[in-house]
Amino acid sequence: MAKIKMKKKSTSTDMTAMCDVAFLLLTFFILTATAKVPEALPVDTPSSVAQTKLPDTDLAIITIGKGKDGKSKVFFDIKGRDIRKKTLEGMGAKLGVNFSEKDQENFSLMDDFGVPLANLKQIIDMKASDRSKANQPGIPLDSLDNQLKEWLLVSRRATIDLHDKELQIAIKGDAKEQYPAIRKIMDILQDQKINSFNLVTGMRGRDDF
Amino acid sequence: MAELNTGDGGGGKGGKVRSKKQNSKVDLTAMVDLAFLLITFFMLTTTLSKPQSMDLSLPDKDPKDDAPPVKVDENRTMTVMLGADNKMVYYMGLLATPIAGPKEIAYGKDGIRKELLSRKKSVLAYSAALGKPKNGIIVIIKPTKKSNYRNLVDILDEMAISGVDTYAIVPEFTPEETKLIDKSPAVETPQ
Repeated sequence: MAKIKMKKKSTSTDMTAMCDVAFLLLTFFILTATAKVPEALPVDTPSSVAQTKLPDTDLAIITIGKGKDGKSKVFFDIKGRDIRKKTLEGMGAKLGVNFSEKDQENFSLMDDFGVPLANLKQIIDMKASDRSKANQPGIPLDSLDNQLKEWLLVSRRATIDLHDKELQIAIKGDAKEQYPAIRKIMDILQDQKINSFNLVTGMRGRDDF
Repeated sequence: MAELNTGDGGGGKGGKVRSKKQNSKVDLTAMVDLAFLLITFFMLTTTLSKPQSMDLSLPDKDPKDDAPPVKVDENRTMTVMLGADNKMVYYMGLLATPIAGPKEIAYGKDGIRKELLSRKKSVLAYSAALGKPKNGIIVIIKPTKKSNYRNLVDILDEMAISGVDTYAIVPEFTPEETKLIDKSPAVETPQ
């Protein structure tokens, strides 16, 4: 009798410790989480041994990559809601496109975009899930209609106005992108006397490679 | 800890105390399952770390800048040209009278890095002999139109790894250089 009882007792493991660990990890992940947002233009960045992290605020990211149609596109993203709002306001005033208060609010919540300013309102009005599916043509940057230059100028001014800081620029290029495309962006930056910027790269160990 | 007294459900045989103990545990398996499921979800939906970034500072390109170009000793310069299909050609000194090369070289540990490190050492020795031990190697990076962004980042990365802190990106080519990099499988050219 007593023997059988002993056996029964030993079959169930104590899950308490495991449960503790699991919830500890869960708490950690919830607290450190920043939700991954689907990118409108997914790029495969080259890797480097650089360890510097990108700042969270006062940052503009210029993404260069090939879209679904195989064409090279440039997308633009600014971090920080207040700066985004101010930048859109400034861009609207500069190029004569009207954006309502609600548009500005929505724009401050969205992510990177790659449309000419005239079409930006359509993108703003879309649902977040549709934006990445929409085939955005990229920001025009030829010499006749260089909107990237305007975006940079206006967002830099907005950052100085609001945060009294210089806007940091990061270039996030696709590894397969040809050098002239990157050079073009660097030239636009240098034309504005931005001689120091960041290149977004993936991580790589010092030994492999 | 996570034990709950539910009274004696078993009852019956073999001592009250023992049967109480047996029923006092709540089965935590389901809870652990759930917790791990949530952990997995959060791990997969979060970007664990912010992307790395490489600082790049370019020289001011002011067209009005009429300062005379700085003359450097050609014995200290190494020119690296990035071509199509991950090709790379380097030479030391001037192309007309090269100290080494021009030679095609591979990216990575056994290719350009080895060369950079040994060249760096020899340039330092050369400068030290001239009495200016601080003058290190100067690397001129020339990306062609056919090279891609990965090549550029790779070579900049090599600069960081091998500790070369004087380098310049110069996308200008002399006709001889164009010929050199466009030539398909580059063999060592006779000087």
